[in-house]
Amino acid sequence: MSNVNPYRKSRINTQPDYLYPAYRSTVKRAPTLPLVQMPQTLSEITGPLFTARDVAENDSDLTAQHAGEPLGERMFVSGRVLDEGGRPVPNALIEMWQANASGRYRHIVDNHDAPLDPNFTGFGRVVTDAQGHYCFKTIKPGAYPWRNHHNAWRPAHLHFSLCGHGFAQRLVTQMYFPGDPLLEFDPMYLSVPGDAARQRLVSSFDWDNTQPEYAIAYRFDIVLRGRDATPMENKP
Amino acid sequence: MSLLLTAAQTVGPFVSIGFEKQAVTDIALPGVAGERVTIIGHVLDGDGQPVTDAVIETWQANSYGKYAHPDDAQEKLLEEHFKGFGRVLTDAQGGFRLATIKPGRVAGPDGKAQAPHITVVIFMRGLLKHLMTRIYFPDDAANATDPVLNLVPAARRTTLIAAQTAHGVLRWNVHLQGPNETVFFDY
Ligand SMILES: [Fe+3]
Repeated sequence: MSNVNPYRKSRINTQPDYLYPAYRSTVKRAPTLPLVQMPQTLSEITGPLFTARDVAENDSDLTAQHAGEPLGERMFVSGRVLDEGGRPVPNALIEMWQANASGRYRHIVDNHDAPLDPNFTGFGRVVTDAQGHYCFKTIKPGAYPWRNHHNAWRPAHLHFSLCGHGFAQRLVTQMYFPGDPLLEFDPMYLSVPGDAARQRLVSSFDWDNTQPEYAIAYRFDIVLRGRDATPMENKP
Repeated sequence: MSLLLTAAQTVGPFVSIGFEKQAVTDIALPGVAGERVTIIGHVLDGDGQPVTDAVIETWQANSYGKYAHPDDAQEKLLEEHFKGFGRVLTDAQGGFRLATIKPGRVAGPDGKAQAPHITVVIFMRGLLKHLMTRIYFPDDAANATDPVLNLVPAARRTTLIAAQTAHGVLRWNVHLQGPNETVFFDY
């Protein structure tokens, strides 16, 4: 009865290490002792579940949260949430946050000398549909400086947080834009080992979902940990 | 078919924009069964400085030891109004406070019951991927035989066990580094 169907361990070269000194804040925050390896139990394979009823329909539209429209290039960002086996992950909660078009966050610790936009908060959320699809409407964020090193600039990015079906699937990541010249200078992007895993964080231009006279579009698919086998029917 | 897992990236310093809307600091509504506990603590970095931009997420069973999740096939009582998910952001002093109930025991890897515990993930600026740990309860006889706690070197187990500071109040600090570095898991 206590058999659990665990999620796969992350393969090497898909995830950054905790310590990556080029990203300065990791030095005092990364664990120094080895992680303790443990088997997944019921506590790790389960986790909070969400449905479309947990969010409002317009929570995914970051351009409609104020009296006027935010400044910036209007865009759709859509894609699918899949597991490593290619199966869609329905009912995944996606929370997304970002800077405004000038590269400024609506946050007390952001003192970048760039204007706030009264019509932009920079937070949206959505729950994936039965095929794992999601879509946000927003504006393209600006690059911003971050003082990690001399002349440090973050490439334009969106922050994504995903709750799948178990705590073992929990993921927070960032989406980047194709062809951004800042990527090759960004320690966060470079902390990801290997070109293939880095490329997964870069969205693709999505011609099919552009809307004439209205908005451009990017596609960003997200892959969460999968399970090797389908759950066994072994009820007691 | 095998797809490449998406890499984790840090939540960055502006995490509250993304996480505060779904914050859950009171996990058990009135009427939920179980012993009420408030868990307080601080998150401290390698210099012992408070981490003011951390997020702690928790996941737990109800007091009967049942998760509100279809993968939990244990025949135990499910409570309709208990989800078991918590999310707190640290304050300007690096502190946090979570009100909940002590969970019951749930099945472990070898069929033996685990000691009551809360599953924890931690996000913050400077963490390129989240940390995974657990909170156990003080003076619980089941701790001695818990299959996960027993994987941890004995001297470090205390980092996972909250300390009672007053009636119904437990303290559990997160030390990212240093002599009392918290045990973090990989699974
Ligand atoms: Fe950012």
